[in-house]
Amino acid sequence: MNASWVAARAGVRRGWIELKHTFTTPSDLVTLLIFTGILLGVMLWTHNTTVPGTHFSLGTAMLASMLGMTVGFNGLATLGSILTVEREDGTLLRAKATPNGMTGYLIGKVVTVSGTILISVAATLITGALLFSGLAVGSASTWLTLIPVVLLGLLATLPIGAVLGSLFPSARSAGLLTLAMGGLAAISGIFYPITHLPHWLQWVGQMFPLYWLGLGTRSALLPANLASVEVGHSWRHLATFGVLSAWAVAGLLAAPILLRWVARRESGSSVAARREKVLRQAAG
Amino acid sequence: MSVLNWSGVLSPSAAWHVPEEPAENLVLDVRDLRMRYGRTDVLSGVSFGARRGEVLALLGPNGAGKTTTIEILEGFRMRSSGQVSVLGTDPARGGEAWRARIGVVLQSWRDHGKWRVRELLAHLGSYYAPYSGPPGRGGSRAPGVPRPWDVDELIATVGLTEQAGQRVRRLSGGQRRRLDVAIGIVGRPELLFLDEPTAGFDPEARREFHDLVHRLADREEATILLTTHDLDEAEKLADRILILAAGRIIADGSADELSRLMSTEAEVRWSRDGQRFVHSADEPTRFVSELFRQYGESVEDLEVRRASLEDTYMALVRQAESEGSGSGLGGGDAIRKFAVVAG
Repeated sequence: MNASWVAARAGVRRGWIELKHTFTTPSDLVTLLIFTGILLGVMLWTHNTTVPGTHFSLGTAMLASMLGMTVGFNGLATLGSILTVEREDGTLLRAKATPNGMTGYLIGKVVTVSGTILISVAATLITGALLFSGLAVGSASTWLTLIPVVLLGLLATLPIGAVLGSLFPSARSAGLLTLAMGGLAAISGIFYPITHLPHWLQWVGQMFPLYWLGLGTRSALLPANLASVEVGHSWRHLATFGVLSAWAVAGLLAAPILLRWVARRESGSSVAARREKVLRQAAG
Repeated sequence: MSVLNWSGVLSPSAAWHVPEEPAENLVLDVRDLRMRYGRTDVLSGVSFGARRGEVLALLGPNGAGKTTTIEILEGFRMRSSGQVSVLGTDPARGGEAWRARIGVVLQSWRDHGKWRVRELLAHLGSYYAPYSGPPGRGGSRAPGVPRPWDVDELIATVGLTEQAGQRVRRLSGGQRRRLDVAIGIVGRPELLFLDEPTAGFDPEARREFHDLVHRLADREEATILLTTHDLDEAEKLADRILILAAGRIIADGSADELSRLMSTEAEVRWSRDGQRFVHSADEPTRFVSELFRQYGESVEDLEVRRASLEDTYMALVRQAESEGSGSGLGGGDAIRKFAVVAG
């Protein structure tokens, strides 16, 4: 059998095994649940507030946004920080020392992170639909919008996440990535309509995929009249597709180049040097 | 038949070769390897070779370039210049099929901590399956040898059967190191690189590891290149020892041959009238007979020691490091008097 094909299948298996590890490791599970839990808490708290200019519950609207954010946030930050951590702990070098190991490694990571995202999205959606009314989970058009948005969202954010992971020199500095994502979420209209922000901030927010992911999931789950609080009073499906596709193309072009560059620089001594550095920082 | 080559004594460019061995039979063939970082020469003309099934130990002080050399051979680092052939291929251009024929035992840290031992070995082994069977040109393995190694057999070989279902992060340091070795050999490599494999081992783990290396070299006919700081280990494991100092190979031969290099430096100890003496003799037999002729039976506690590998190593490295400053190996004919102990 063709060796690349074998490696690709090994990668899928790797992703599946690591997904199982995530859901059987208590600390990982708790991290995941805390994230979802906090979000649901915020939604419950804002349940009785309405989206300005409408009678619709802000909590419910936020939940719809949150699904898009879960995809974008994890696609960008999770894959990136996993890459920096596993570069540091030697996992990447191990993959490099194995024939076609990098192929398997990357496919595995994409499967694990996508799987985690999809499970989080499903968990949030199911809990939300049970707790809140007003989400259009029963109609076919909801799913016809939601599924493509989520899949395109993964395609738009995972490669960029890999690029970011390659650029950050250490796992510690990658913490900044999560911080930056939090800032980005604040200006992406996730928690509050973006139209209430200053004009220039609206423009900044709309440059990144996070805004469009939120818009996409809102358009899938919220009633049509809520489009009135969005930019241009429209769900802008075409623009959503265009911007997310552009990010996907950019990411897919840049990621292989950067990942090859990162992989080439891995060696026993570079891993050892980083280990020394981390241990020194931990001691000092 | 092995060629002893003292760079600076025989040939400054250190053109190592096995005379009756055609180049294609060499698993490793390194000629005039140079590595330069900025304006510093880390390797300045390293040459050596290895035949199939040979165990080579690469010794040298810290910073001598051992790890750099091994990483160039593994294909993890680009060289500045020189010819390098590993299993008939330039490691800078080695593809995945080449990668499948070599094993690398990495210094582990905490990778794959959540994986279970058996799960990880089965997974990493699966990448080698397409490279099973008779190898291509330059490979010399008997046809039909399956890749990867059977997981349970491999786990038993490295002595981790009881830990097979355990998470990697729960292994002890020694067990973790054995897992690293298992990962390094899961593809049944024809050539295995071990960079300081026994650092942090207790004596028992060390002994078990030595047995494993012997088994790999004998039964699997694997060629093994290892670096170590433990001279005793090098002497036990290696068919040939290479000493790397100041960016070049300063000695290349069996432990025995290296010791004989320094045989001029035998050490004679004795005591007479309650005083202890140590003398470094060029010709110990003549010295001792002279000693008896002069003092007869008043010579007590007589001890004649050939230079150990450690003595040889120290002398060679010191010589290489002071080369150019004019000081050679000290003849040391003076009798040094140790602390005078009565009785």
